Amino acid sequence: MRPPLSADLLKIDREKVTADITAFIRETVFNRFRRKGVVLGISGGVDSSVCTALCARALGPERVQGLFTPEGESGEETLPLSRLAAESQQVRGILEDITPILEAAGCYRRRDEAIRAVIPEYTSQWKCKIVLPSVIDDDRFRIFSVVAVAPDGRQVKKRLPPESYLGVVAASNFKQRTRKMIEYYHADRLNYAVVGTPNRLEYDQGFFVKGGDGLADIKPIAHLYKSQVYQLAEHLGVPEDIRRRPPTTDTYSLPQGQDEFYFSLPYDKMDLCLYALNNGYPAEESARALGLSPEQTERVYRDIEGKRKAARYLHTPPLLVDERLVVG
Amino acid sequence: MANEVEAKIRAFIGANLMMGQDATTLSVDDSFLDNGIIDSTGVLELTSFLEDSFGIQVADQEITPANLDSIANLMRFIASKQA
Repeated sequence: MRPPLSADLLKIDREKVTADITAFIRETVFNRFRRKGVVLGISGGVDSSVCTALCARALGPERVQGLFTPEGESGEETLPLSRLAAESQQVRGILEDITPILEAAGCYRRRDEAIRAVIPEYTSQWKCKIVLPSVIDDDRFRIFSVVAVAPDGRQVKKRLPPESYLGVVAASNFKQRTRKMIEYYHADRLNYAVVGTPNRLEYDQGFFVKGGDGLADIKPIAHLYKSQVYQLAEHLGVPEDIRRRPPTTDTYSLPQGQDEFYFSLPYDKMDLCLYALNNGYPAEESARALGLSPEQTERVYRDIEGKRKAARYLHTPPLLVDERLVVG
Repeated sequence: MANEVEAKIRAFIGANLMMGQDATTLSVDDSFLDNGIIDSTGVLELTSFLEDSFGIQVADQEITPANLDSIANLMRFIASKQA
């Protein structure tokens, strides 16, 4: 008999989960990979802060190299919170401002050109983000629009044609890929492994850039729902300022919540919906716990399944004609 | 006229959403979603195709499975917009 769906089902034994993950990190980094420590990008969000704390416990803080990689469009709070996350675990951090690399690669210029195809008056002085409509309101396909704000505060919202959408995303992905390049530079220099910091929602739903934040040697919290990451954050002493920060993509120049860019619902409901789907709860049964109607719940289920399908490509490693050559 | 619209849709679907494969085997009622033919980028492509090829404006709230998720739905939608 299945227990009724509630947030209590996502409660974890914090001590045990911490012990299991730290044992995994130690065994994998030291024995399987034979690396002396780990590098990880610290964004000032709860996921990378929890990974920092877990790695410090597993390997000792002296074997953890944190990286702060802000760029010209990062939120003001990003760097101070990143430093706070590292300091709270006695982990050393290196500041690598990636703005010059992004400028040289044409990240901002290429993105702005793609936006100008739909908003001709758009300039580099404007701010922008891309957004999706809510999945729960109606049956509409969810397609991206660009929201741009002029220096005088005027806001323009336009649906993106495919070339512009792909152009904006491709250019923005320079950010995640540049960060990963810097992480592997330091990992190679120190003979360390690289830690990826996705939680279960992000990993399952493909909320990452292939070859960017999706690339890593270990992903120690990819099996944990976001609300479980928050439970660990409290247990591991992640500062409250970080735990209170709303989840953000920190990718576009306008503030952008993860639920307007990618997920259908705020993370706590998204967690519960993913859990319900994974554990066979029919939409009618889940709806009450989620505070949604059965139809809305069905839409979120369909959205999850659709993203899962799209994420298959992102998760697939390079495929070989002769699979016997795959080294595990 | 209807045949012409259907042929145009099939040519677009085959070339763009089925990666150059033959779309003639697709029944007019086959769901693009259920058959894995369309994803979010495909919806954008399809919407642009409708606007560019049939001279219609597609509002955000019209981008629904009821209008776009099969050849038959597309034909009905185009006819209603052109009426």
